[in-house]
Amino acid sequence: MNSEAVFHFLGVCVVLSPALLLALFGVTSLIDRPIGERLMARATQTMVMIGLFSSIAILGLMLTLDIRYVPIELGNWVVIPEQHFHFHLKFIFDRLSIPFCILSFILCGTIGAFASRYLHRESGYNRFFVCYAIFLLGMIVSSLAGTIETLFFGWELVGLSSALLVAFFHERLNPVRNGLRIWSIYRISDAAFLIAALMLHHLTGAGDFDGLMGTGSWPDGHATISEQHALLVGLLLLVAAAGKSALVPFSGWLPRAMEGPTPSSAVFYGSLSVHLGAYLLLRVSPILELSLTLRLAVIFLGLISAIFGTLVARVQTDIKSALAFASLTQVGIIVVEIGCGFRYIALIHIIGHACLRTLQLLRAPTLLHDYHTLENAIGSHLSQKPSLWVRVMPRRYRIRLYRFELERGYLDILCNQLIVHPFLSLFRMCDGLERRWTNFLSEGESRKSDQIKPHTESLEEYL
Amino acid sequence: MISELHLPWMELSILILLFGAIWIRMTHDRDTAYRRCLLICGLVFLTTVCEWIDFESLNTFEARDHFNIFDWVFNNDFFIIDELSAPLLPLAALLYLLTVLSTLKTKGHRFPFSSALLSEAILLATLSCKEPWGIIALLSVATILPYLEIKAHHLSTRVYVLHMGLFIALLVVGGALSHFGEAGDSISLTAGALLTTAALLRSGIIPLHCWMTDLFEKVTFGTALLFVTPMTGAYAMVRLVFPIAPDWALQGIALVSLTTAVYAAGMALVQREARRFFCYLFLSHSSLVLVGLEMATPLGLTGGLCVWISVGISLAGFALTFRSIEARIGRISLVKYHGLYDHTPTLAALFLVTGLASIGFPGTVGFIGTELLIEGAIEVYPLVGTAVVIAAALNSIAILQAYFRVFTGARHTATISLRARTSEHVAILILVALILGGGLYPQPGVTSRQHAAMELIRLRGAVLNDSTHPSDPNIGVTDLTETSQPLMKLHEDQ
Repeated sequence: MNSEAVFHFLGVCVVLSPALLLALFGVTSLIDRPIGERLMARATQTMVMIGLFSSIAILGLMLTLDIRYVPIELGNWVVIPEQHFHFHLKFIFDRLSIPFCILSFILCGTIGAFASRYLHRESGYNRFFVCYAIFLLGMIVSSLAGTIETLFFGWELVGLSSALLVAFFHERLNPVRNGLRIWSIYRISDAAFLIAALMLHHLTGAGDFDGLMGTGSWPDGHATISEQHALLVGLLLLVAAAGKSALVPFSGWLPRAMEGPTPSSAVFYGSLSVHLGAYLLLRVSPILELSLTLRLAVIFLGLISAIFGTLVARVQTDIKSALAFASLTQVGIIVVEIGCGFRYIALIHIIGHACLRTLQLLRAPTLLHDYHTLENAIGSHLSQKPSLWVRVMPRRYRIRLYRFELERGYLDILCNQLIVHPFLSLFRMCDGLERRWTNFLSEGESRKSDQIKPHTESLEEYL
Repeated sequence: MISELHLPWMELSILILLFGAIWIRMTHDRDTAYRRCLLICGLVFLTTVCEWIDFESLNTFEARDHFNIFDWVFNNDFFIIDELSAPLLPLAALLYLLTVLSTLKTKGHRFPFSSALLSEAILLATLSCKEPWGIIALLSVATILPYLEIKAHHLSTRVYVLHMGLFIALLVVGGALSHFGEAGDSISLTAGALLTTAALLRSGIIPLHCWMTDLFEKVTFGTALLFVTPMTGAYAMVRLVFPIAPDWALQGIALVSLTTAVYAAGMALVQREARRFFCYLFLSHSSLVLVGLEMATPLGLTGGLCVWISVGISLAGFALTFRSIEARIGRISLVKYHGLYDHTPTLAALFLVTGLASIGFPGTVGFIGTELLIEGAIEVYPLVGTAVVIAAALNSIAILQAYFRVFTGARHTATISLRARTSEHVAILILVALILGGGLYPQPGVTSRQHAAMELIRLRGAVLNDSTHPSDPNIGVTDLTETSQPLMKLHEDQ
């Protein structure tokens, strides 16, 4: 058995383990035969372990054999030779994907173990783990994607699972509304991603990162497209990354995402999902090299997001939101590092920050208990010294800044006022016009649905 | 010389349905009618599948039935299937079978089983027909059954009658005019324009779409679903308009379709009732199919044909899920949250899977088709590709919004179990299996659609250039002259 076959086998194991987990949970849910909690936890543990050890084995082999780039070719998913169209299934193990893949397995494994106890006897236990499996598969596919279409595949899975998990406590309105909000923002960023992917496909004739970045594995590759094209595609990818990583102006969804259960908050918004945008920028960093304008845009967006995050985090009244904005600050700094070309620093920053934030979020519920215990023990609130800002800044500006922070930069309000409300008003007006038109044609009320009433048939007929 | 199928599958399907409709008309017990209807639909589905297998085994672009009962009557090759229509026939038959299968007892006395079989016969005949006057006649006849149902419900038929009357008039006048025109003259251009308008009207292109929402309001969900989902408007477009329309006309149609796709996606977001929501969602998707069809590039047309199949499968499943929910709680308001998840978790999962498949979510049957469609659009006009992506994004938001409204946001209390019945479950699961199967193994479907697309483009190129270059895949794309030939004359020549 040569090394290539071993790599192929291990690579397939890495991708297949989360896929099998999703197949198991998904099929049993669809046929209305959900499996028990213990079996779900065991299956999750087993598959994560298989994936993790396979990826560690690949890393070990690569270090031993001094190989920096291992492509796992799974052939063409779809090919139309006459039109030079192919959807190539390819996964790559290199210095960027392996750390991110191992990180995903470790953190997802931690969360899986935590959630199996945290959600014990919760009515949505099965649903949580279905979404968890979708997320894990999405993360692994995104991490290892060798083509931009494959990356999009994983990207979409992560988006769907995130929205559904935010709305996990779905008998309440707020989580559901926030889930929809997040989904909407994700769809905008996904649209930008899809257009970028297809533009890239159109420009390079293929979606492979090799074709995009010329020779050399990450981070030494050099993109082979023109500066104008790099700017256009890069800006689209920046919008996609901003949506996924909650950079300004899409930051409004990050605190909303905290409506979900603690395990998903930790894995999505503290550690993995929120870094996916930064990962995308790292993966396509050779494009950034081609355009100074693009690099400046990346740095500017990262800087604004970091400042915004650090300001808003200071006035949050709940621990999860404070951690969410603290995450945003770090992600903003990571994006600045990517814009400046410090790729390894950005990668290390992602890994460190992801681990720290996951543990912080998992610890958050019990931290409050400890805090109150401490206050009870000393018999008063813990003393807080005024910060340098409070001492230096005039009161008038402090109040204004406080209001700005409290309203989270008015981003949600601006989004609603400038985009959502005009858009919905326009279509509601069209709906009204259509009603008038059909009423006119019908010579009377044309819409039966305006007076919806429950039907009167006997429900007992079901029995 | 056209190849022949080994058995007269098409005629057999139609005859079974016609006799079945009479048989059920004479059945007064609704449970017996349901069972018989199910039997007939199942039988017809099998014959259409056999027809497809038989056709594939011939390895040809088109074929006709072996015995020609209908051809003796019409003295012509009335029923011919080709690579375009071969998979559409089993798809249409499956749609009818699953709609009947998922009809609950509560809806049994409202759902017209006999009319459904009759409309299936007309639909299968339409999809098996390439004769222009045959298509015109069948499309016209198909409009009668929904009219009768609206009438039976004692509701205003004016919106439907005005639109469908115009549709039939445009078809007939367009068809008649094309006999008198010469290639490229004003009469043949007028004929083409009339036929195009008719096909667009039947597809529900704005501003001629109000009949569709009105239909969903006034007939049973099943009837409305079966009338619009097979997309016979798109079929008419491919058969009557695509071969003869000049490039500029196709681009115009694509632009109108694209406008409809975005408009309908936006309208789906503000609907207050589930049927209307579904109608707009369907309109948006069917318009995207038209965008692909009218791009007249191999990639775009392949994408359009793929999306045609994927939308047919996924939105049928989506609608059947809606219908199942409606059977439990009546007409579904999308203004309030119903919180049905705990009562119908399986339906919720199926709703989500079918809805996401319709927008081309990765791993579902629509993914590759949508990719091809957008890539084909970007090839021609980058902005068109962008608009397609925007429409898909709006649709996806609308779908999740509907999911949340129907299944979450509240606690629903019910005195009895509302869980999905086995028949409903099986019906939607079959579609989900097709959605996921087609999504995970898309190559055969894409290859089949690509062959059909290439053949359609080759025929179009042959018509417009009056010469064929089968080996040139770009024929009909790059060197088309801006002429159009009268449709009927073209058919006579063929």
